[in-house]
Amino acid sequence: MSLRPGTFTVPQGTGGVAPPVPSSPTPGRLEEVTEHEERTLPDLPPDPVMEALDLNVFYGDFHAVHKVNLAFGRNEITALIGPSGCGKSTVLRCLNRMNDLVPGARVEGEVTYHGQDIYAKHVDPIAVRTHIGMVFQKPNPFPKSIYDNIAYGPRVTGMKVDDMDALVERSLRHAALWDEVKDKLKQSAYGLSGGQQQRLCIARTIATQPDVILMDEPCSALDPIATARIEDLMLSLREEYTIIIVTHNMQQAARVSDRTAFFTAMPDETTGNRTGLLVEFNQTAKIFSNPSDPRTEDYISGRFG
Amino acid sequence: MSAAYATAARETVTLSAGRSRDKDLRSLVFLGALWFSLLFGILVLLVLILTTAVKGAPRFDMALLTDYSSQLFPERTGFRAGILGSVWVMLATAALAVPLGIAAALHLEEFADGQKWWNRFIEVNLQNLAAVPSIVYGLLAVAFVELVGIRERGLVISGAIALALLILPVIIITTREAVRAVPREIREGSLALGATQWQTTWRQTLPAAVPGIATGTILGLSRAIGEAAPLLMIGTATAIRFDPNGLMSQFTALPLQIYSSTSQSQEALQVAASAAIIVLLVMILALNGLAIYIRNKFQRTW
Repeated sequence: MSLRPGTFTVPQGTGGVAPPVPSSPTPGRLEEVTEHEERTLPDLPPDPVMEALDLNVFYGDFHAVHKVNLAFGRNEITALIGPSGCGKSTVLRCLNRMNDLVPGARVEGEVTYHGQDIYAKHVDPIAVRTHIGMVFQKPNPFPKSIYDNIAYGPRVTGMKVDDMDALVERSLRHAALWDEVKDKLKQSAYGLSGGQQQRLCIARTIATQPDVILMDEPCSALDPIATARIEDLMLSLREEYTIIIVTHNMQQAARVSDRTAFFTAMPDETTGNRTGLLVEFNQTAKIFSNPSDPRTEDYISGRFG
Repeated sequence: MSAAYATAARETVTLSAGRSRDKDLRSLVFLGALWFSLLFGILVLLVLILTTAVKGAPRFDMALLTDYSSQLFPERTGFRAGILGSVWVMLATAALAVPLGIAAALHLEEFADGQKWWNRFIEVNLQNLAAVPSIVYGLLAVAFVELVGIRERGLVISGAIALALLILPVIIITTREAVRAVPREIREGSLALGATQWQTTWRQTLPAAVPGIATGTILGLSRAIGEAAPLLMIGTATAIRFDPNGLMSQFTALPLQIYSSTSQSQEALQVAASAAIIVLLVMILALNGLAIYIRNKFQRTW
């Protein structure tokens, strides 16, 4: 499972390197799963799964994101926050090359995944996306049955699956959706509520056994109860995956993330175009209690944005 | 309390003061003109259909459908050859135009780089092609058939080529619209799971667009079934007294047979032509009805 077959071997999910699971909650009891331990973290991720190095993004002549440097730690949740148009979604979409789909999009600098630049010439973006999954803002189930939604990823990527039924069940259980849908797997995914659809999309992403899960404002289309369930889910998924989330909701970032990156938009003096840049990247607790940059403080205290 | 009451009263007065500007003279005149245009169109159509139906009424019998044309017994003449010929040509046209049209539309919509000048050139000319007079497609088909070395005139395959060329732009344009209506989120969801562009198109976009494609295709075919000019150009005969039995068979089509019957002097043939016009209309309406049925049955709201 490498980006270029036969060249690298990359630890894949929990398969290669077993992630440290210090005091993982006893599985099987929901009320315990919902309690997650407080973490103490080193200042920088010691073993980053992904890094952005001097990342610049352009759409045609428009400079969308300026020189972003970030490191995403294994089994951590990193939140990207900031006002609208600050480039946080753009950065997120660079991390699995979804930005390739935007006509005229251009990336400078590096995005590394286990040390390899995913924008290097020989890298196949299709392979990148099987390692780095993505969940979108609006729940986007396919117009197929719940079962086929989950099985779609493994089928198209040619994953060797001995027992698809078991994989579907495992993915749905991981996404805390199994009990709600186990009797209607053959029914259309469109019959589910918005929150269930979003958990289905998470389950669908998990089914391809990625390493990193990107989430682009995954709760912005959901009500508070559905949001709480997704946040809970993120915290339990953190034990196995590296999660990077873009959110408009600062409370959400404070609740779920281990580290937070604050972006802002800087207007160009001549053109008036707003270029996104990274202001501060630190542990979430520090960003929200003791930010080092006044712009961060203004934003989180609600004075701006 | 009293202040709030006063405000409410004042607002009520403002709202009910004067008459609605939707009812002033200019609006009414405009509305009347719209209604007149609508009714005029419908009335002309109704009168046309009714007079044709009344004139053809004596010939609404089975012989009209099952017999060959006959000059000797004009009151028993039938349009069997034309109906079967039209069905054959339609099937062959669909077999030629549908795969080509869908493939072209998918390429333009999902794969082609819209920034490149040649793709934009093709797009503009698709619109132009849809507006080309149908007889020109007949000429094109004649040239094409000669080129591949078919000397015989008026074959099913030649007619199908002419009509397929005629409806190809229609199919491409409607397919593109159907494909474009599939939300981007579906494609992104598929691509984000590691599917290739091709898998995404084949497994997500195309199935989701099928109702729209089917509707557009059927409407294209119902346009083609009424065409006479391109078939005349390829040398389709009007007096045929056998059933077409393959792509390389000679044939005649219903519109052509109607045309030749109306130009005969015998009154009975003219009556039969009127009845055949109603048959053709029924065939077209059935196709359009099928298109509407498919659209309503499989319509999806995203």
